[in-house]
Amino acid sequence: MSDTLLEGKAQGGQLKLAGAGAWTAQNARALEALIDGETARAGKLRQVDIDMKQVERLDTFGAWLLERLVRSFSARGCQTNVTGLKEDDRALYDELHAVKPDQASPHGNGQALSYALASVGQSIASVGQSFISFVNMLGALVMVILRVAKRPHTFRFTSLVHQLDNVAWRAVPIILLITFLIGCIIAQQGLFHFRKFGADIYVVDMVGILVLRELGVLIVAIMVAGRSGSAYTAELGSMKMREEIDALRTMGFDPIEVLVLPRIVALVIGVPVLTFLGSMAALYGGGLVCWLYGGIDPDIFLSRLKEAITLDHFKVGLIKAPFMALIVGVVACVEGLAVKGSAESLGMQTTASVVESIFLVIVLDGLFAIFFASIGM
Amino acid sequence: MARGNGSKDVVIEVRDVVVGFGDHVVLDHVDLDVYRGEILGFVGGSGAGKSVLMRSIIGLLPMRSGRIKVLGVDMTAASDSARRAIERRWGVLFQQGALFSSLTVRENLQFPVREYLNLSPRLLDELVIAKLDMVGLDASVCEKFPSELSGGMTKRVALARALALDPEIVFLDEPTSGLDPIGAGEFDNLIATLQRTLGLTVFMVTHDLDSLHTVCDRIAVLADGKVIAAGAMEVMLASKHPWLQAYFHGKRSRASHAERT
Ligand SMILES: Nc1ncnc2c1ncn2[C@@H]1O[C@H](COP(=O)(O)OP(=O)(O)O)[C@@H](O)[C@H]1O
Ligand SMILES: [Mg+2]
Repeated sequence: MSDTLLEGKAQGGQLKLAGAGAWTAQNARALEALIDGETARAGKLRQVDIDMKQVERLDTFGAWLLERLVRSFSARGCQTNVTGLKEDDRALYDELHAVKPDQASPHGNGQALSYALASVGQSIASVGQSFISFVNMLGALVMVILRVAKRPHTFRFTSLVHQLDNVAWRAVPIILLITFLIGCIIAQQGLFHFRKFGADIYVVDMVGILVLRELGVLIVAIMVAGRSGSAYTAELGSMKMREEIDALRTMGFDPIEVLVLPRIVALVIGVPVLTFLGSMAALYGGGLVCWLYGGIDPDIFLSRLKEAITLDHFKVGLIKAPFMALIVGVVACVEGLAVKGSAESLGMQTTASVVESIFLVIVLDGLFAIFFASIGM
Repeated sequence: MARGNGSKDVVIEVRDVVVGFGDHVVLDHVDLDVYRGEILGFVGGSGAGKSVLMRSIIGLLPMRSGRIKVLGVDMTAASDSARRAIERRWGVLFQQGALFSSLTVRENLQFPVREYLNLSPRLLDELVIAKLDMVGLDASVCEKFPSELSGGMTKRVALARALALDPEIVFLDEPTSGLDPIGAGEFDNLIATLQRTLGLTVFMVTHDLDSLHTVCDRIAVLADGKVIAAGAMEVMLASKHPWLQAYFHGKRSRASHAERT
């Protein structure tokens, strides 16, 4: 079929082309090859006549290819005529003939190396950028807190309660389950290895200190980052996409006050509570494994635990909790408000929110470890 | 009104269609014919179910009963591949544009073409520029994302995407709503020009009385879940139905009519 779409006969300085068949999307590929073949004809041409009488159907694809044929011959200085177009096809062809000549915008022609360098540079710049917006948000938050503290009735309690329900109350079952399992696993591993040198009883010390100082709060913070931080980013991000945040602004509301503050306060209240519950569940799990697997009676476990841990260990865990909540909340809100118009950017920002907040939570934990060690807690 | 309008063959045939949500029946035994090569204006009050009928025809909403034939194929009984083949032959402009937000304008226009046709990258790029030119945009919007376009540009790009595969039928859901009167007028002309050059059949949901006067060959009216009238503008103006009287002889309508006469 394709060989009948276009046929050419050269005669001296004159080329006669005859089109036939369906010049439509289906045949566009074959037709393009034929057309490029004709335009590549060597030799000097003065006149090109294109006879379209035999063409049964013409759509935009075919009409554009015809136009391309005409343009490339005209560019070579040939006299080009198109004849035999049906009236309707002529209208379509004229439409395409009016398309401004090749303003082909360049795209995707970057060099691989410079592209790689550029993307490294961009990611470094974006780290700096996200640090700046983090600090910015903290500042804005402080301003809003000062303003709300002066007029407490402007604080959005309804929203706070709703968020507390979402991020704290509904998170209780999954947090209890996970920390309980972690407590069990640590105790089991400890028993298995400590037993080799008869130090079974020290498992209680390990579980107690590890859970109260580090694990309880870390696991809760990571869970909350994945569970609530991502939700915050997605909520704020889709509100941003649909201009809801701009709408709030134009009505004289401060989005930080209306949307961000209640969410962050909910986290700052919720995470310490979840940490407490999680630590208890982990100790319970540890105790259970010590009893069932290690043969340490609950009475012995409790009295050993009382000796091993002090109030300080407990306080260290709980002091860290609100700071971690703050980090998760601020990062989530910053990323949410950074969403641009596209669905893809919403996804990217949500990923960034979770990854960044978990990273920062762990960094903060390290800083706290240094701090508490130096003040002897 | 080019290409064989004389034969009056029916391109879309809607028979006895019932569509509802829960106990809310939106379309109650609707009948409608759309003829080849015409621009049909589809009007009705807000919430009357115009978008619902359009979405039922293109198969996005299930019907409770009834039959819809498009290009001679019974869409309710068609196999998946027959349905796919028909879907290739129509283009849809959604009320909100529905451009893919994470693709650039160029990629939005190339997306359906790449899926169905195997064309060279050069031809793909040239066609994007040609299609944009046909809807009155220049090549500088190619690399923009949908969120960076104005309302009118979004509508134009969405129309260009609806036309990407050179469809035989285009469905337009309120194409001129949200455009300024001049922009809306240009858009109407554009649709009329494209209809003429490409020989399209156009199913246009609209509230714009100017569009109804200037570009529509026929008008169908949806009220109380039924198509209460279908025909040329003169038929609408002559009708005694109270809803039609209110719609076509209201204050705004008279103003729009007066401009013309
Ligand atoms: N997905 C849906 N679920 C429930 N009700 C719907 C849905 N889509 C539309 N409706 C209802 O159907 C009716 C008609 O809607 P629509 O066709 O969008 O109106 P319009 O004629 O203005 O385009 C409205 O009452 C709307 O609430
Ligand atoms: Mg609608």
